[in-house]
Amino acid sequence: MPNTLVIAELHDGAVRKSTHSAINFARQAGGTFSILVLGPGSKAAAKEIEGFGAAKILAADDAYLANGLAERVVPTIAEVARSGGFDVVAVTASSFGKDIAPGIAAKLGAGYAPDIAGVKDEGGKLVYRRPVYAGNAYASCSVSTPVQVVSVRQSEFSAAEPSGGNSPVEDVAVAAKDPAAERVEFVSLDAAKSERPDLGEARVIVSGGRALKEKFAEVLDPLANLLNAAVGASRAACDAGYAPAELQVGQTGRVVAPRLYFAIGISGAIQHLAGMKGSKTIVAINKDADAPIFQVADYGLVGDLFTAVPELVTELKKAT
Amino acid sequence: MKILVPLKRVADPDNANKVKVNGGKLETTGLEWKPNPFDEYAVETALRLTENGANPKARLGEVIVVTFGPKETETTLRGALATGADKAIRIDATDDQLDGDLIARALKALVEKEKPDLVLTGKQAVDGDSNQVGQLVASYLGWPQATFAGTIKSEDDKSLLVGREVDGGTINLRVTLPAVVSVDLRIVAPNSVQSKASPAHKYPEGVRFAALMAIMAAKKKPLTEVKLADLVGADTALKITYGAHELPPARKAGIKVANVPELVAKLKSEAKVL
Repeated sequence: MPNTLVIAELHDGAVRKSTHSAINFARQAGGTFSILVLGPGSKAAAKEIEGFGAAKILAADDAYLANGLAERVVPTIAEVARSGGFDVVAVTASSFGKDIAPGIAAKLGAGYAPDIAGVKDEGGKLVYRRPVYAGNAYASCSVSTPVQVVSVRQSEFSAAEPSGGNSPVEDVAVAAKDPAAERVEFVSLDAAKSERPDLGEARVIVSGGRALKEKFAEVLDPLANLLNAAVGASRAACDAGYAPAELQVGQTGRVVAPRLYFAIGISGAIQHLAGMKGSKTIVAINKDADAPIFQVADYGLVGDLFTAVPELVTELKKAT
Repeated sequence: MKILVPLKRVADPDNANKVKVNGGKLETTGLEWKPNPFDEYAVETALRLTENGANPKARLGEVIVVTFGPKETETTLRGALATGADKAIRIDATDDQLDGDLIARALKALVEKEKPDLVLTGKQAVDGDSNQVGQLVASYLGWPQATFAGTIKSEDDKSLLVGREVDGGTINLRVTLPAVVSVDLRIVAPNSVQSKASPAHKYPEGVRFAALMAIMAAKKKPLTEVKLADLVGADTALKITYGAHELPPARKAGIKVANVPELVAKLKSEAKVL
Protein backbone atom coordinates (compact mmCIF):
# COMPACT_ATOMS: atom_id res chain seq x y z
CA MET A 1 0.00 0.00 0.00
CA PRO A 2 1.53 3.31 -1.01
CA ASN A 3 2.58 6.10 1.28
CA THR A 4 1.60 9.28 -0.57
CA LEU A 5 2.87 12.83 -0.12
CA VAL A 6 0.22 15.36 -1.13
CA ILE A 7 1.53 18.81 -2.03
CA ALA A 8 -0.89 21.51 -0.90
CA GLU A 9 -1.33 24.72 -2.84
CA LEU A 10 -1.12 27.82 -0.68
CA HIS A 11 -2.65 31.12 -1.77
CA ASP A 12 -2.91 34.27 0.36
CA GLY A 13 -2.17 32.23 3.48
CA ALA A 14 -4.93 29.69 2.84
CA VAL A 15 -4.91 26.20 1.37
CA ARG A 16 -6.54 26.25 -2.06
CA LYS A 17 -9.57 24.03 -2.45
CA SER A 18 -7.84 22.37 -5.43
CA THR A 19 -5.66 20.59 -2.85
CA HIS A 20 -8.72 18.54 -1.76
CA SER A 21 -8.66 16.77 -5.14
CA ALA A 22 -5.12 15.51 -4.54
CA ILE A 23 -6.24 14.36 -1.06
CA ASN A 24 -9.10 12.44 -2.69
CA PHE A 25 -6.53 10.79 -4.97
CA ALA A 26 -4.38 9.77 -1.98
CA ARG A 27 -7.40 8.15 -0.33
CA GLN A 28 -8.26 6.26 -3.53
CA ALA A 29 -4.67 5.08 -3.98
CA GLY A 30 -5.00 3.45 -0.56
CA GLY A 31 -2.35 3.23 2.14
CA THR A 32 -1.40 6.29 4.12
CA PHE A 33 -0.74 9.89 3.19
CA SER A 34 0.77 13.07 4.54
CA ILE A 35 0.38 16.64 3.29
CA LEU A 36 3.18 19.15 2.70
CA VAL A 37 2.37 22.87 2.81
CA LEU A 38 5.03 25.31 1.63
CA GLY A 39 5.47 29.04 2.01
CA PRO A 40 4.91 31.77 4.59
CA GLY A 41 1.79 31.09 6.65
CA SER A 42 1.87 27.33 6.03
CA LYS A 43 1.80 26.47 9.68
CA ALA A 44 -1.40 28.39 10.30
CA ALA A 45 -2.90 27.10 7.05
CA ALA A 46 -2.08 23.52 8.07
CA LYS A 47 -4.88 23.81 10.64
CA GLU A 48 -7.42 24.03 7.80
CA ILE A 49 -6.57 20.54 6.62
CA GLU A 50 -5.92 18.75 9.91
CA GLY A 51 -9.25 16.92 9.72
CA PHE A 52 -8.69 15.00 6.47
CA GLY A 53 -7.05 11.89 7.87
CA ALA A 54 -3.43 12.66 6.98
CA ALA A 55 -0.79 10.82 9.04
CA LYS A 56 1.06 14.13 9.32
CA ILE A 57 0.96 17.62 7.99
CA LEU A 58 4.38 18.97 7.20
CA ALA A 59 4.79 22.74 7.11
CA ALA A 60 7.76 24.46 5.48
CA ASP A 61 6.81 27.88 6.81
CA ASP A 62 9.48 30.03 5.23
CA ALA A 63 9.40 33.26 3.22
CA TYR A 64 11.95 31.78 0.79
CA LEU A 65 9.15 29.52 -0.50
CA ALA A 66 6.72 32.37 -1.19
CA ASN A 67 4.87 32.54 -4.54
CA GLY A 68 5.41 28.86 -5.31
CA LEU A 69 8.40 29.32 -7.65
CA ALA A 70 9.43 25.90 -8.96
CA GLU A 71 13.18 26.48 -8.44
CA ARG A 72 12.52 27.27 -4.78
CA VAL A 73 9.85 24.75 -3.75
CA VAL A 74 10.93 21.68 -5.74
CA PRO A 75 14.18 20.94 -3.80
CA THR A 76 12.28 20.97 -0.48
CA ILE A 77 9.48 18.78 -1.85
CA ALA A 78 12.03 16.30 -3.20
CA GLU A 79 13.94 16.24 0.09
CA VAL A 80 10.77 15.65 2.14
CA ALA A 81 9.70 12.89 -0.26
CA ARG A 82 13.09 11.21 -0.04
CA SER A 83 13.66 11.46 3.70
CA GLY A 84 10.07 10.48 4.50
CA GLY A 85 10.24 7.39 2.28
CA PHE A 86 7.16 8.35 0.25
CA ASP A 87 6.19 6.16 -2.72
CA VAL A 88 3.95 8.65 -4.50
CA VAL A 89 4.04 12.44 -4.69
CA ALA A 90 0.67 13.90 -5.72
CA VAL A 91 -0.31 17.40 -6.79
CA THR A 92 -3.51 18.71 -8.32
CA ALA A 93 -3.03 19.54 -12.01
CA SER A 94 -3.55 23.27 -11.54
CA SER A 95 -1.13 25.70 -13.16
CA PHE A 96 0.93 25.43 -9.93
CA GLY A 97 0.92 21.62 -9.99
CA LYS A 98 1.74 21.34 -13.68
CA ASP A 99 4.63 23.77 -13.28
CA ILE A 100 6.32 21.89 -10.43
CA ALA A 101 5.47 18.19 -10.90
CA PRO A 102 7.98 17.35 -13.69
CA GLY A 103 10.81 18.95 -11.71
CA ILE A 104 9.92 16.88 -8.63
CA ALA A 105 10.04 13.75 -10.79
CA ALA A 106 13.42 14.72 -12.27
CA LYS A 107 14.93 15.36 -8.82
CA LEU A 108 13.66 12.01 -7.52
CA GLY A 109 14.51 10.01 -10.64
CA ALA A 110 10.81 9.21 -10.69
CA GLY A 111 8.37 8.68 -13.53
CA TYR A 112 5.53 11.18 -13.86
CA ALA A 113 1.91 10.44 -14.74
CA PRO A 114 0.38 13.80 -15.70
CA ASP A 115 -3.24 14.95 -15.38
CA ILE A 116 -4.72 11.61 -14.37
CA ALA A 117 -8.47 10.98 -14.27
CA GLY A 118 -8.44 7.76 -12.22
CA VAL A 119 -6.34 5.32 -10.21
CA LYS A 120 -6.62 1.60 -9.48
CA ASP A 121 -4.46 -0.72 -7.43
CA GLU A 122 -3.81 -3.80 -9.55
CA GLY A 123 -2.00 -6.34 -7.41
CA GLY A 124 0.11 -3.75 -5.64
CA LYS A 125 0.78 -1.72 -8.79
CA LEU A 126 -0.93 1.62 -9.30
CA VAL A 127 -2.54 1.88 -12.72
CA TYR A 128 -3.62 5.31 -13.87
CA ARG A 129 -6.23 6.38 -16.35
CA ARG A 130 -5.61 9.60 -18.25
CA PRO A 131 -7.24 11.50 -21.11
CA VAL A 132 -5.37 11.87 -24.40
CA TYR A 133 -6.25 13.51 -27.74
CA ALA A 134 -8.33 16.22 -26.10
CA GLY A 135 -10.28 13.69 -24.07
CA ASN A 136 -11.32 11.74 -27.17
CA ALA A 137 -9.61 8.64 -25.74
CA TYR A 138 -8.44 7.45 -22.36
CA ALA A 139 -5.19 5.58 -21.81
CA SER A 140 -4.17 3.37 -18.93
CA CYS A 141 -0.57 3.77 -17.87
CA SER A 142 1.78 2.91 -15.08
CA VAL A 143 5.08 4.21 -13.80
CA SER A 144 8.03 1.81 -13.68
CA THR A 145 10.20 3.63 -11.12
CA PRO A 146 9.95 2.87 -7.38
CA VAL A 147 8.87 6.45 -6.64
CA GLN A 148 6.09 8.02 -8.72
CA VAL A 149 4.83 11.55 -9.26
CA VAL A 150 1.24 12.23 -10.36
CA SER A 151 -0.85 15.28 -11.07
CA VAL A 152 -4.59 14.75 -10.70
CA ARG A 153 -7.34 16.35 -12.69
CA GLN A 154 -9.54 18.47 -10.45
CA SER A 155 -12.66 17.85 -12.55
CA GLU A 156 -12.27 14.06 -12.16
CA PHE A 157 -11.26 13.86 -8.48
CA SER A 158 -13.96 15.67 -6.52
CA ALA A 159 -12.90 17.65 -3.47
CA ALA A 160 -12.30 15.34 -0.48
CA GLU A 161 -14.53 15.92 2.53
CA PRO A 162 -13.05 16.10 6.04
CA SER A 163 -13.02 12.74 7.80
CA GLY A 164 -12.38 13.99 11.32
CA GLY A 165 -9.38 13.63 13.57
CA ASN A 166 -6.45 15.93 14.14
CA SER A 167 -3.34 15.29 12.06
CA PRO A 168 -0.19 16.38 13.89
CA VAL A 169 1.65 19.32 12.30
CA GLU A 170 5.42 19.12 11.99
CA ASP A 171 7.90 21.75 10.84
CA VAL A 172 10.21 20.96 7.98
CA ALA A 173 13.25 22.95 6.97
CA VAL A 174 14.01 24.44 3.56
CA ALA A 175 16.32 22.06 1.66
CA ALA A 176 19.66 23.08 0.17
CA LYS A 177 18.98 25.86 -2.33
CA ASP A 178 19.03 25.21 -6.05
CA PRO A 179 21.47 27.57 -7.89
CA ALA A 180 18.80 28.01 -10.62
CA ALA A 181 16.67 29.84 -8.03
CA GLU A 182 19.13 32.72 -8.11
CA ARG A 183 18.38 33.22 -11.78
CA VAL A 184 14.62 33.66 -11.45
CA GLU A 185 12.96 36.62 -9.81
CA PHE A 186 9.30 36.98 -8.93
CA VAL A 187 8.27 40.41 -10.23
CA SER A 188 4.53 40.59 -9.64
CA LEU A 189 1.20 38.80 -9.74
CA ASP A 190 -1.58 40.42 -11.73
CA ALA A 191 -4.37 38.67 -9.88
CA ALA A 192 -7.75 38.32 -11.51
CA LYS A 193 -10.15 40.26 -9.35
CA SER A 194 -13.40 38.44 -8.99
CA GLU A 195 -15.96 37.86 -6.27
CA ARG A 196 -17.16 34.81 -8.13
CA PRO A 197 -16.33 31.19 -7.32
CA ASP A 198 -13.25 29.71 -8.99
CA LEU A 199 -13.86 27.84 -12.25
CA GLY A 200 -12.48 24.64 -10.72
CA GLU A 201 -14.90 24.75 -7.79
CA ALA A 202 -18.09 26.32 -9.12
CA ARG A 203 -21.31 24.28 -9.24
CA VAL A 204 -22.56 26.40 -12.12
CA ILE A 205 -20.50 27.91 -14.95
CA VAL A 206 -21.71 30.45 -17.50
CA SER A 207 -19.37 30.47 -20.49
CA GLY A 208 -19.43 32.77 -23.47
CA GLY A 209 -17.95 32.77 -26.94
CA ARG A 210 -16.81 35.29 -29.49
CA ALA A 211 -20.40 36.01 -30.56
CA LEU A 212 -20.84 38.12 -27.40
CA LYS A 213 -18.24 40.64 -28.62
CA GLU A 214 -17.87 43.70 -26.37
CA LYS A 215 -21.09 42.76 -24.56
CA PHE A 216 -19.47 39.70 -22.96
CA ALA A 217 -19.80 40.91 -19.37
CA GLU A 218 -22.97 42.91 -19.94
CA VAL A 219 -24.85 39.83 -21.17
CA LEU A 220 -23.32 37.12 -18.96
CA ASP A 221 -22.88 38.87 -15.60
CA PRO A 222 -26.59 39.06 -14.67
CA LEU A 223 -26.99 35.32 -15.32
CA ALA A 224 -23.77 34.44 -13.45
CA ASN A 225 -24.73 36.69 -10.51
CA LEU A 226 -28.18 35.14 -10.24
CA LEU A 227 -26.81 31.57 -10.18
CA ASN A 228 -23.65 32.32 -8.15
CA ALA A 229 -21.80 30.94 -11.15
CA ALA A 230 -18.21 31.20 -12.32
CA VAL A 231 -17.73 32.80 -15.72
CA GLY A 232 -15.82 30.95 -18.41
CA ALA A 233 -14.96 31.67 -22.01
CA SER A 234 -13.99 30.01 -25.27
CA ARG A 235 -10.52 30.47 -26.68
CA ALA A 236 -11.93 32.68 -29.43
CA ALA A 237 -13.44 35.07 -26.87
CA CYS A 238 -10.14 35.23 -24.94
CA ASP A 239 -8.00 35.70 -28.06
CA ALA A 240 -10.27 38.51 -29.22
CA GLY A 241 -9.87 40.22 -25.86
CA TYR A 242 -13.55 39.99 -24.86
CA ALA A 243 -12.62 37.91 -21.80
CA PRO A 244 -9.37 37.58 -19.82
CA ALA A 245 -7.16 34.57 -20.60
CA GLU A 246 -7.62 32.94 -17.16
CA LEU A 247 -11.30 32.36 -17.94
CA GLN A 248 -10.54 30.05 -20.87
CA VAL A 249 -12.19 26.65 -20.61
CA GLY A 250 -10.76 23.92 -22.81
CA GLN A 251 -8.09 21.35 -23.50
CA THR A 252 -5.34 23.85 -22.79
CA GLY A 253 -7.19 26.14 -20.42
CA ARG A 254 -9.25 25.09 -17.41
CA VAL A 255 -10.90 21.67 -17.44
CA VAL A 256 -14.19 21.83 -15.56
CA ALA A 257 -17.08 19.57 -14.62
CA PRO A 258 -19.77 21.60 -12.83
CA ARG A 259 -23.34 20.42 -12.19
CA LEU A 260 -24.60 22.92 -14.75
CA TYR A 261 -22.70 24.45 -17.66
CA PHE A 262 -24.07 27.13 -19.97
CA ALA A 263 -22.32 27.45 -23.35
CA ILE A 264 -23.53 30.74 -24.78
CA GLY A 265 -22.51 31.72 -28.29
CA ILE A 266 -19.89 28.95 -28.29
CA SER A 267 -19.71 26.86 -31.45
CA GLY A 268 -18.05 23.90 -29.70
CA ALA A 269 -14.56 23.38 -31.14
CA ILE A 270 -12.92 20.09 -30.10
CA GLN A 271 -10.55 22.00 -27.84
CA HIS A 272 -13.43 23.63 -25.96
CA LEU A 273 -15.43 20.41 -25.62
CA ALA A 274 -12.34 18.77 -24.07
CA GLY A 275 -12.60 21.20 -21.18
CA MET A 276 -16.29 20.90 -20.34
CA LYS A 277 -17.91 17.72 -21.61
CA GLY A 278 -17.61 16.11 -18.19
CA SER A 279 -20.21 18.59 -16.90
CA LYS A 280 -23.36 16.97 -15.49
CA THR A 281 -25.88 19.07 -17.41
CA ILE A 282 -24.94 21.17 -20.43
CA VAL A 283 -27.08 23.93 -21.88
CA ALA A 284 -26.18 25.47 -25.23
CA ILE A 285 -27.59 28.66 -26.68
CA ASN A 286 -26.48 29.39 -30.22
CA LYS A 287 -28.07 30.86 -33.31
CA ASP A 288 -26.46 28.23 -35.56
CA ALA A 289 -28.59 25.07 -35.29
CA ASP A 290 -25.71 22.98 -36.70
CA ALA A 291 -23.08 24.13 -34.20
CA PRO A 292 -21.16 21.12 -32.78
CA ILE A 293 -21.90 22.28 -29.23
CA PHE A 294 -25.44 20.90 -29.66
CA GLN A 295 -24.00 17.38 -29.98
CA VAL A 296 -22.90 17.41 -26.34
CA ALA A 297 -25.66 19.65 -24.95
CA ASP A 298 -28.45 18.11 -22.89
CA TYR A 299 -30.64 21.12 -23.68
CA GLY A 300 -30.09 23.20 -26.78
CA LEU A 301 -31.80 26.45 -27.63
CA VAL A 302 -31.40 27.82 -31.14
CA GLY A 303 -31.76 31.56 -31.03
CA ASP A 304 -30.27 34.99 -30.59
CA LEU A 305 -28.33 35.03 -27.35
CA PHE A 306 -28.76 38.79 -26.95
CA THR A 307 -32.48 38.29 -26.38
CA ALA A 308 -32.42 34.71 -25.00
CA VAL A 309 -30.01 35.35 -22.11
CA PRO A 310 -31.88 38.34 -20.63
CA GLU A 311 -35.11 36.37 -21.01
CA LEU A 312 -33.46 33.43 -19.25
CA VAL A 313 -32.53 35.70 -16.33
CA THR A 314 -36.15 36.90 -16.09
CA GLU A 315 -37.59 33.37 -16.25
CA LEU A 316 -35.09 32.01 -13.71
CA LYS A 317 -36.01 34.76 -11.27
CA LYS A 318 -39.67 33.72 -11.62
CA ALA A 319 -38.85 30.03 -11.20
CA THR A 320 -36.60 30.17 -8.14
CA MET B 1 20.54 35.02 -29.18
CA LYS B 2 20.63 31.33 -30.01
CA ILE B 3 17.39 29.43 -29.40
CA LEU B 4 16.61 25.71 -29.48
CA VAL B 5 12.99 24.76 -30.22
CA PRO B 6 11.83 21.14 -29.90
CA LEU B 7 9.02 20.21 -32.31
CA LYS B 8 6.58 17.34 -32.36
CA ARG B 9 4.21 16.25 -35.06
CA VAL B 10 0.72 15.28 -33.89
CA ALA B 11 -2.33 13.73 -35.54
CA ASP B 12 -4.52 16.58 -36.80
CA PRO B 13 -5.84 18.14 -33.56
CA ASP B 14 -8.88 19.61 -35.29
CA ASN B 15 -10.04 16.08 -36.00
CA ALA B 16 -9.02 14.52 -32.68
CA ASN B 17 -12.60 13.27 -32.27
CA LYS B 18 -11.92 10.86 -35.15
CA VAL B 19 -9.34 8.78 -33.27
CA LYS B 20 -10.30 5.12 -32.99
CA VAL B 21 -9.52 2.37 -30.54
CA ASN B 22 -9.05 -1.13 -31.90
CA GLY B 23 -8.39 -3.94 -29.45
CA GLY B 24 -7.12 -1.45 -26.87
CA LYS B 25 -4.80 0.19 -29.39
CA LEU B 26 -5.22 3.82 -30.33
CA GLU B 27 -5.40 4.45 -34.07
CA THR B 28 -5.04 7.78 -35.82
CA THR B 29 -5.33 6.33 -39.31
CA GLY B 30 -6.63 8.86 -41.80
CA LEU B 31 -5.60 11.85 -39.70
CA GLU B 32 -3.00 14.08 -41.29
CA TRP B 33 0.23 14.83 -39.41
CA LYS B 34 0.45 18.46 -38.30
CA PRO B 35 3.03 20.29 -36.22
CA ASN B 36 1.88 20.55 -32.61
CA PRO B 37 0.26 24.04 -32.52
CA PHE B 38 2.09 25.08 -29.35
CA ASP B 39 5.40 24.12 -30.99
CA GLU B 40 4.53 26.28 -33.99
CA TYR B 41 3.96 29.11 -31.53
CA ALA B 42 7.37 28.42 -30.00
CA VAL B 43 9.01 28.66 -33.45
CA GLU B 44 7.18 31.93 -34.13
CA THR B 45 8.29 33.26 -30.74
CA ALA B 46 11.89 32.23 -31.40
CA LEU B 47 11.85 33.97 -34.80
CA ARG B 48 10.43 37.15 -33.29
CA LEU B 49 13.15 37.16 -30.63
CA THR B 50 15.94 36.82 -33.22
CA GLU B 51 15.01 39.44 -35.79
CA ASN B 52 14.08 43.06 -36.36
CA GLY B 53 10.33 42.92 -37.04
CA ALA B 54 10.66 45.62 -39.70
CA ASN B 55 13.29 43.63 -41.59
CA PRO B 56 12.74 39.96 -40.72
CA LYS B 57 14.90 38.60 -43.55
CA ALA B 58 18.11 39.74 -41.89
CA ARG B 59 18.62 37.15 -39.15
CA LEU B 60 20.01 38.57 -35.90
CA GLY B 61 20.27 35.30 -34.02
CA GLU B 62 19.91 31.59 -34.61
CA VAL B 63 16.93 29.28 -34.28
CA ILE B 64 17.57 25.54 -34.21
CA VAL B 65 14.59 23.21 -34.47
CA VAL B 66 14.80 19.62 -33.29
CA THR B 67 12.43 16.68 -33.48
CA PHE B 68 12.43 13.02 -32.44
CA GLY B 69 11.22 10.58 -35.02
CA PRO B 70 11.80 8.50 -38.12
CA LYS B 71 12.98 9.99 -41.43
CA GLU B 72 9.48 11.09 -42.43
CA THR B 73 9.32 13.58 -39.52
CA GLU B 74 11.84 15.68 -41.42
CA THR B 75 8.77 17.14 -43.15
CA THR B 76 7.92 18.87 -39.87
CA LEU B 77 11.46 20.23 -39.60
CA ARG B 78 11.48 21.45 -43.23
CA GLY B 79 8.24 23.29 -42.52
CA ALA B 80 9.87 25.15 -39.65
CA LEU B 81 12.97 25.89 -41.76
CA ALA B 82 10.70 27.34 -44.44
CA THR B 83 9.16 29.81 -41.98
CA GLY B 84 12.63 31.03 -41.00
CA ALA B 85 14.40 28.63 -38.64
CA ASP B 86 18.12 28.41 -39.43
CA LYS B 87 18.98 24.78 -38.95
CA ALA B 88 17.35 21.50 -37.97
CA ILE B 89 18.26 18.32 -36.14
CA ARG B 90 16.37 15.02 -36.27
CA ILE B 91 17.00 12.60 -33.46
CA ASP B 92 16.32 9.20 -34.93
CA ALA B 93 13.79 7.30 -32.83
CA THR B 94 10.29 5.87 -32.96
CA ASP B 95 7.47 6.89 -30.63
CA ASP B 96 7.46 3.57 -28.77
CA GLN B 97 11.11 4.10 -27.80
CA LEU B 98 10.34 7.42 -26.14
CA ASP B 99 8.68 9.01 -23.16
CA GLY B 100 8.79 12.61 -21.98
CA ASP B 101 11.60 11.88 -19.56
CA LEU B 102 13.88 10.27 -22.15
CA ILE B 103 13.18 13.12 -24.59
CA ALA B 104 14.14 15.62 -21.88
CA ARG B 105 17.37 13.78 -21.10
CA ALA B 106 18.28 13.66 -24.79
CA LEU B 107 17.50 17.38 -25.13
CA LYS B 108 19.74 18.10 -22.15
CA ALA B 109 22.63 16.37 -23.93
CA LEU B 110 21.84 18.23 -27.14
CA VAL B 111 21.76 21.57 -25.31
CA GLU B 112 25.20 20.84 -23.88
CA LYS B 113 26.47 20.35 -27.44
CA GLU B 114 24.66 23.22 -29.15
CA LYS B 115 24.86 25.70 -26.25
CA PRO B 116 21.73 27.76 -26.90
CA ASP B 117 20.83 30.71 -24.66
CA LEU B 118 17.20 29.68 -24.53
CA VAL B 119 15.14 26.52 -24.96
CA LEU B 120 11.63 27.44 -26.11
CA THR B 121 8.96 24.75 -25.99
CA GLY B 122 5.23 24.63 -26.52
CA LYS B 123 3.53 24.20 -23.15
CA GLN B 124 2.16 20.83 -24.18
CA ALA B 125 1.74 18.54 -27.17
CA VAL B 126 -1.95 18.27 -27.92
CA ASP B 127 -1.92 14.49 -28.45
CA GLY B 128 -0.64 13.25 -25.08
CA ASP B 129 -1.36 16.56 -23.28
CA SER B 130 1.38 15.79 -20.76
CA ASN B 131 2.80 19.28 -20.31
CA GLN B 132 6.19 18.16 -19.00
CA VAL B 133 9.16 18.33 -21.39
CA GLY B 134 10.08 21.99 -20.84
CA GLN B 135 10.01 21.62 -17.05
CA LEU B 136 12.02 18.38 -17.19
CA VAL B 137 14.67 19.92 -19.45
CA ALA B 138 15.02 22.90 -17.09
CA SER B 139 15.39 20.59 -14.13
CA TYR B 140 17.98 18.34 -15.82
CA LEU B 141 20.00 21.35 -16.97
CA GLY B 142 19.68 23.23 -13.69
CA TRP B 143 18.27 26.20 -15.60
CA PRO B 144 15.42 28.46 -14.48
CA GLN B 145 12.04 27.90 -16.11
CA ALA B 146 9.09 30.10 -17.01
CA THR B 147 6.13 27.99 -18.08
CA PHE B 148 2.91 28.97 -19.89
CA ALA B 149 4.31 32.26 -21.23
CA GLY B 150 1.71 34.62 -22.69
CA THR B 151 4.24 37.46 -23.08
CA ILE B 152 8.04 37.64 -23.32
CA LYS B 153 10.12 40.79 -23.25
CA SER B 154 13.84 40.55 -23.94
CA GLU B 155 15.97 42.65 -21.63
CA ASP B 156 19.04 43.13 -23.84
CA ASP B 157 19.07 39.35 -24.49
CA LYS B 158 20.52 38.84 -21.01
CA SER B 159 17.27 38.21 -19.20
CA LEU B 160 13.62 37.78 -20.16
CA LEU B 161 10.58 39.29 -18.50
CA VAL B 162 7.91 36.61 -18.87
CA GLY B 163 4.17 36.94 -18.21
CA ARG B 164 2.96 33.47 -17.22
CA GLU B 165 -0.72 32.62 -17.72
CA VAL B 166 -1.80 30.90 -14.49
CA ASP B 167 -5.18 29.92 -13.03
CA GLY B 168 -5.59 33.11 -11.01
CA GLY B 169 -4.21 35.67 -13.48
CA THR B 170 -0.68 36.44 -14.66
CA ILE B 171 2.61 35.90 -12.82
CA ASN B 172 5.46 38.09 -14.06
CA LEU B 173 8.90 36.51 -13.70
CA ARG B 174 12.35 37.64 -14.68
CA VAL B 175 14.62 34.78 -15.76
CA THR B 176 18.31 35.22 -16.41
CA LEU B 177 19.53 33.37 -19.49
CA PRO B 178 20.21 30.59 -20.19
CA ALA B 179 16.68 29.45 -19.36
CA VAL B 180 13.75 27.32 -20.50
CA VAL B 181 10.46 28.97 -21.45
CA SER B 182 7.27 27.16 -22.49
CA VAL B 183 4.73 29.16 -24.45
CA ASP B 184 0.96 29.44 -24.18
CA LEU B 185 -1.67 30.47 -26.74
CA ARG B 186 -1.52 34.24 -26.40
CA ILE B 187 2.22 34.39 -27.19
CA VAL B 188 1.37 34.93 -30.88
CA ALA B 189 -0.72 38.07 -30.31
CA PRO B 190 0.69 41.12 -32.18
CA ASN B 191 2.82 42.55 -29.37
CA SER B 192 3.31 39.55 -27.05
CA VAL B 193 6.98 39.12 -27.92
CA GLN B 194 9.22 42.17 -27.50
CA SER B 195 12.62 41.48 -28.98
CA LYS B 196 15.83 43.36 -28.29
CA ALA B 197 15.96 44.69 -31.86
CA SER B 198 12.36 45.82 -32.32
CA PRO B 199 10.45 45.81 -29.03
CA ALA B 200 7.57 47.94 -30.33
CA HIS B 201 6.99 46.03 -33.56
CA LYS B 202 3.44 44.82 -34.06
CA TYR B 203 3.13 41.47 -35.84
CA PRO B 204 0.05 40.09 -37.54
CA GLU B 205 -1.89 37.81 -35.15
CA GLY B 206 -0.76 34.18 -35.25
CA VAL B 207 2.16 32.41 -36.87
CA ARG B 208 3.80 33.34 -40.17
CA PHE B 209 3.37 31.21 -43.26
CA ALA B 210 6.16 30.17 -45.58
CA ALA B 211 6.29 31.69 -49.06
CA LEU B 212 6.88 29.27 -51.95
CA MET B 213 10.40 30.64 -52.45
CA ALA B 214 11.17 30.02 -48.79
CA ILE B 215 9.89 26.44 -49.03
CA MET B 216 12.31 25.87 -51.92
CA ALA B 217 15.17 27.56 -50.06
CA ALA B 218 14.48 25.50 -46.92
CA LYS B 219 15.53 22.37 -48.79
CA LYS B 220 19.08 23.73 -48.78
CA LYS B 221 19.19 24.62 -45.09
CA PRO B 222 21.22 22.29 -42.85
CA LEU B 223 19.38 19.30 -41.43
CA THR B 224 21.40 16.74 -39.54
CA GLU B 225 20.55 13.37 -38.04
CA VAL B 226 21.68 12.38 -34.56
CA LYS B 227 21.33 8.91 -33.04
CA LEU B 228 19.42 8.76 -29.77
CA ALA B 229 22.19 6.64 -28.27
CA ASP B 230 24.74 9.38 -29.04
CA LEU B 231 22.83 11.60 -26.63
CA VAL B 232 21.67 9.28 -23.86
CA GLY B 233 24.00 6.30 -24.20
CA ALA B 234 22.52 3.03 -23.07
CA ASP B 235 20.19 4.66 -20.56
CA THR B 236 17.06 4.27 -22.67
CA ALA B 237 14.66 2.75 -20.13
CA LEU B 238 11.22 4.35 -20.10
CA LYS B 239 9.71 5.56 -16.85
CA ILE B 240 6.10 5.44 -17.96
CA THR B 241 4.43 2.69 -19.95
CA TYR B 242 1.08 2.85 -21.66
CA GLY B 243 -1.40 -0.02 -21.72
CA ALA B 244 -4.84 -0.26 -23.25
CA HIS B 245 -6.76 2.70 -24.60
CA GLU B 246 -10.52 3.13 -24.59
CA LEU B 247 -13.00 5.63 -25.94
CA PRO B 248 -14.71 7.92 -23.43
CA PRO B 249 -18.29 7.04 -22.47
CA ALA B 250 -20.67 8.72 -24.93
CA ARG B 251 -22.97 11.42 -23.62
CA LYS B 252 -26.61 10.58 -24.01
CA ALA B 253 -28.25 12.51 -26.81
CA GLY B 254 -29.76 15.82 -25.74
CA ILE B 255 -32.85 17.63 -26.96
CA LYS B 256 -33.60 21.01 -28.45
CA VAL B 257 -36.02 23.17 -26.54
CA ALA B 258 -38.37 25.57 -28.33
CA ASN B 259 -38.01 28.57 -26.06
CA VAL B 260 -36.63 29.94 -22.80
CA PRO B 261 -39.58 29.03 -20.56
CA GLU B 262 -39.33 25.40 -21.73
CA LEU B 263 -35.59 25.43 -20.99
CA VAL B 264 -36.16 26.69 -17.45
CA ALA B 265 -38.92 24.12 -16.88
CA LYS B 266 -36.63 21.28 -18.01
CA LEU B 267 -33.73 22.47 -15.87
CA LYS B 268 -36.01 22.63 -12.88
CA SER B 269 -38.13 19.48 -13.16
CA GLU B 270 -36.11 17.12 -15.37
CA ALA B 271 -32.41 17.89 -14.78
CA LYS B 272 -33.13 19.18 -11.25
CA VAL B 273 -30.15 21.49 -11.33
CA LEU B 274 -31.81 24.72 -10.21
